[in-house]
Amino acid sequence: MVSVSRRRFLQITAGIAALAAATGSATQVLGNSGHGEARARKGGPLRKVPTFCDLCFWKCGAIAYAEGGRLWKIEGNPADPLSRGRLCPRGTAGVAMATDTQRLTRPLLRKKQRGEEVWTAVTWDEALDFIATKMRRIREQHGPESMALFSHGLGGNFLKHTFKAWGTPNITAPSYAQCRGPRDAGFTLTFGEDVGSPERTDIRNARCLTLIGSHLGENMHNTQVQEFAEAVGSGATVIVVDPRYSVVASKAKHYLPIKPGTDMALLLAWMNVLVRENLYDREYVAAHGEGFAEFAADIAPWTPEWAWPITGIAPETIRETAREMARHRPASLVHPGRHVTWYGDDAQRARAVALLNALLGTWGRKGGFYAPTRMSVPPYPYPPYPKSERGTADNPDGKYPFAEEVLSSGIREATLTGRPYPVKGWFVYSTNLMQALPNQEETIKAIQNLDLMVVVDVVGSDIAGWADVVLPEAVYLERYDDLNAELFREPFLALRQPVVPPPADQKPNWWIARELAMRLGLGAYYPWKHVEEYLDTRLKSAGFSLAELKEKGIVPGKPGPLYYEDGLVPEFPTPSGKIEFFSRQLADAGLAPVPRYTPTPEPPEGYFRLLFGRAPVHTFGRTQTNPLLSEMMEENTVWLNEDVANRLGFTSGELVTLRNQDGATAGPVKVRPTQRIRRDCVFLVHGFAQTSKGIAARFKKGASDSRLVTRYVLDPVMGGNGMNVNFVTLERGV
Amino acid sequence: MLEITTTRANHLVDPSLHVWAWQIPVYLFLGGLVAGMMMIHGWFTFADRHRRAESVSQLLPALGLVLLSAGMGALFLDLEHKLFVWRLYTTFQITSPMSWGAWILIAVYPALFAALLLRVPEPLATRVPVLRAWSAALLADPARVRFVAAANMTLGALLGVYTGILLSTLGARPLWNSALLGPLFLASGLSSAAALVHMVARDGAESELLARADNRLLTAELAILGLFLIGLVTAPRVHQQAAALLLGGPFTAFFWVGVVGLGIAVPLFVQTLAVGRRVRHTAVAPVLVLAGGLLLRFVFVYAGQVSHYGPF
Amino acid sequence: MARFGMVVDTARCVGCMDCVVACKTENRLPEGLCRDWITTESRGQFPDVQLEIRSERCNHCDHPPCVTCCPTGASHVEDYGKTVQITAELCIGCKACLASCPYDARSIHPEGYADKCTFCMHRVKDGLLPACVAVCPTRCLHFGDLDDPNSDVSRLLASRRSHVLTPEAGTGPRVFFLT
Repeated sequence: MVSVSRRRFLQITAGIAALAAATGSATQVLGNSGHGEARARKGGPLRKVPTFCDLCFWKCGAIAYAEGGRLWKIEGNPADPLSRGRLCPRGTAGVAMATDTQRLTRPLLRKKQRGEEVWTAVTWDEALDFIATKMRRIREQHGPESMALFSHGLGGNFLKHTFKAWGTPNITAPSYAQCRGPRDAGFTLTFGEDVGSPERTDIRNARCLTLIGSHLGENMHNTQVQEFAEAVGSGATVIVVDPRYSVVASKAKHYLPIKPGTDMALLLAWMNVLVRENLYDREYVAAHGEGFAEFAADIAPWTPEWAWPITGIAPETIRETAREMARHRPASLVHPGRHVTWYGDDAQRARAVALLNALLGTWGRKGGFYAPTRMSVPPYPYPPYPKSERGTADNPDGKYPFAEEVLSSGIREATLTGRPYPVKGWFVYSTNLMQALPNQEETIKAIQNLDLMVVVDVVGSDIAGWADVVLPEAVYLERYDDLNAELFREPFLALRQPVVPPPADQKPNWWIARELAMRLGLGAYYPWKHVEEYLDTRLKSAGFSLAELKEKGIVPGKPGPLYYEDGLVPEFPTPSGKIEFFSRQLADAGLAPVPRYTPTPEPPEGYFRLLFGRAPVHTFGRTQTNPLLSEMMEENTVWLNEDVANRLGFTSGELVTLRNQDGATAGPVKVRPTQRIRRDCVFLVHGFAQTSKGIAARFKKGASDSRLVTRYVLDPVMGGNGMNVNFVTLERGV
Repeated sequence: MLEITTTRANHLVDPSLHVWAWQIPVYLFLGGLVAGMMMIHGWFTFADRHRRAESVSQLLPALGLVLLSAGMGALFLDLEHKLFVWRLYTTFQITSPMSWGAWILIAVYPALFAALLLRVPEPLATRVPVLRAWSAALLADPARVRFVAAANMTLGALLGVYTGILLSTLGARPLWNSALLGPLFLASGLSSAAALVHMVARDGAESELLARADNRLLTAELAILGLFLIGLVTAPRVHQQAAALLLGGPFTAFFWVGVVGLGIAVPLFVQTLAVGRRVRHTAVAPVLVLAGGLLLRFVFVYAGQVSHYGPF
Repeated sequence: MARFGMVVDTARCVGCMDCVVACKTENRLPEGLCRDWITTESRGQFPDVQLEIRSERCNHCDHPPCVTCCPTGASHVEDYGKTVQITAELCIGCKACLASCPYDARSIHPEGYADKCTFCMHRVKDGLLPACVAVCPTRCLHFGDLDDPNSDVSRLLASRRSHVLTPEAGTGPRVFFLT
């Protein structure tokens, strides 16, 4: 089979070139270098401005090139330990985020029903006054906690400050309950600490790397991908567990095409082999482990032979891979993954991953998990925030005992039910809740209960379509943001600063946050007038200055010891102070103290399990309108096993509609028959097919997995939303 | 299973090459036709036919100039960087057939013009009286006449072969990559010209002569096509795949029914009967030959662009 | 005199398309046009699949058919580095070079002239690496002098197994793929 993707070419008529030539500007247009790179087209003197990227949450250091007031390109900052001078494709395409013709230009006020997307363009004063009035009314009627802030990424820091000053604890991001939350909970329950972001994975020094559903290279978490390539280049063994033959699977020595939903069984069998064959790090476990005997007894029945019919992985393969992992320990990293909200038992699965790592002795060891450090930058001396008596609305009665952050799905639930108390206002910053939260219908219903819905965004995304007020934000190349002092291998301090001015009436988040605070009577929380004062104050308190950071973009800190062998003192902030193989905390909460396998429902006859993931050129659903990235990948396709496609008569590129078990549909989307996926599942790249009127039709192609995730399973440990529990059929035609 | 994906989607290149549309086959056809006409004209001049009032000779150069200019016009329309067309004539690139072609065409125009002077058409002579004087000077010396005839035959042959060589040197397209393409296009050009001249000739003997010649040329064209296909199907994989485009692919119907059947076999049959006086000469055979000649260029230009190296 | 070539380590490449984006921004390419691209080739039956991911571009061939067929000399081999380059001001847009390239590495710029990878000679002459090489997060792209036995590319080719694309076309391609 042969498939070739095809894209339309925007033809610039030959007439333009002809005119240019005729008017004598041909040499200027074509340049004289003979290389066709048209260097003569510069719009002014070349400026190089250091900043850091905002195309995803990794926040790589970058240097933007501008000619006069026009952006040219953006490269990695060699001084930055995250990017090491090399951005990922999204970062490289960052300049197109600023020149995106889809951008919102003025504040918009809703004119008709929510979701109809009929707007009046208003001034910032009108928009902010409207919001402040509504917020005050909500506070009078329901209390300040009835305002919730959904905010993703560093850009929301000033808004978070305003909302904390306002007095609401309901500040949430879908990056927790809908993404990495179960992992953080599972690791914290085991080691007392989570793996953080950027993850503290020492991939570059790993001699054996096990990836479970983690598709590095398709997700472009820059440092991790760089280190992965480095590890592959130096001959590390790669073990990949995935129902789909991912890019990393093609680099793997062992590819385990696991049946979806059964990873826990494989993890238990691996641990069973390590313990039974005495391959685990006995010294490490003896020194740092707690409850190992109970743990060992608990997993004794879970042999490779037991796991075989569940996972479809042969016992000898399970043994061979377990031995391979053990052979390279402690430089044998089992990657914790990132988007791990799959089946609702995800925190326990993450705990199993953590325990497997513990058996291999990787925590705190070279080639395993290093100990990150961060530069100490004192917070700005603000007055203390008011204390809320009611607590957060997302997790009444601590139903999810190990939730460490506010659950976005819990806020939605409270908005729907009014319990434990009503949530009447949503302020949404830089997160497309329609794509991020499962079950769009619940989100829409919750929005109907609101008195105020504000969205700050760059383009008219799906969630912006449901707002009462849409505030257009300046993109990262046009604004300052808070400082970035991330926990990482090498500590550093980075500044984001404007390279060019916003093209229209867009404003930076700090300005929006401050102006709103002023209107809410929270002036005491904004002693500074311009963000430069805030940044300079914080930088001076850390021994630097804004002028220095503006020039360098990034300053390195002094790294601490990374591994126990470097003198790092092992510390496990768990209740026992040790690595908890047997978790008393979980037992006390009525949950399994040692991870257990629980089967997840299987697809009914004729249905396929819907799996979704990333493509290297897109971040969530927020880069699809970027002209450069859209050109790289303008639509997703539905991956279907070729044998199944042949049996059902689907051909490459044929348009189908996907229908899930509840009748929800998505598409039309092109079929990609491929041998790179199992027969019982289909795969979509996430984030495509937005429906908002604010986005031009050409950016709406493909199928949205979010529309098909109507069912989700709540994780009893921490409230995560397991989403890989939906089944779809393919229907011919549109 | 082999699954190939590419992120490339360049205009004119993907999903398969399509750089040349109708302009190029039209240009190649008209070029070949004019080449054939020049050769016929040279042949007739050596036979002193240009002196006869009824001879088609007096019509050929003017018609040739018009048709060639139409072909050049089509070629110009194809250029993407039109205002730079003069760059063809600031250099001679010895390895480039297109450069050769550009310079051959430069020589073809004066040759056709000189041929025109052998017998200036009356309406033209009335408007531009000086042409009569030039014509007289040319006709005064038989050596000059012979030179003009030889030049037309030689340049005609070069032009006819060139239209095929142009494609055959593009080695990346296996369908074109055969030295037989030159002779094939020359034979086709000659047969098209013979058909055209046969049709327009008022002199019965000339017409008959050209019908007979056309039959031989069509036979030759068939033979060359046969050799061409044998060459392709016995060559390495990519050439076999290229042959499959004609023998069992998207171009099969056009090739067998259009080019071979209606363009060569049917007119050959009809014209053989006519030459044998079993049927009367009609426009059917020559029109089919001309249409077949044009279709031949279309099929080769389009199919050739589809043929390629690589796994897909 | 140098003879520049490129080596792509397919074992490291993840097909992220950063090379494509970087080329587009560096060289200010219009929408819809690219000078390099990602090809994936997968063979076999699930789960026994082999996948090769390649960053492809003009091969700057030793025997470039695009140069021999060019009627104006617009396509030429540049002395410095023996790379194949196009002088836009000489190009008439006849597209013979597009048809002559077994790699379909050329296209027509919306302004009318033939366009393709330059190996970023404007950067190389300034002592920089081509944009695609400089940006690659997996460091799978290598650029250098094939005639210098001590160059990065020569040493990689000497020590690893490699292949070129469509060698049977006989053009002497100079982009090599390590397997």
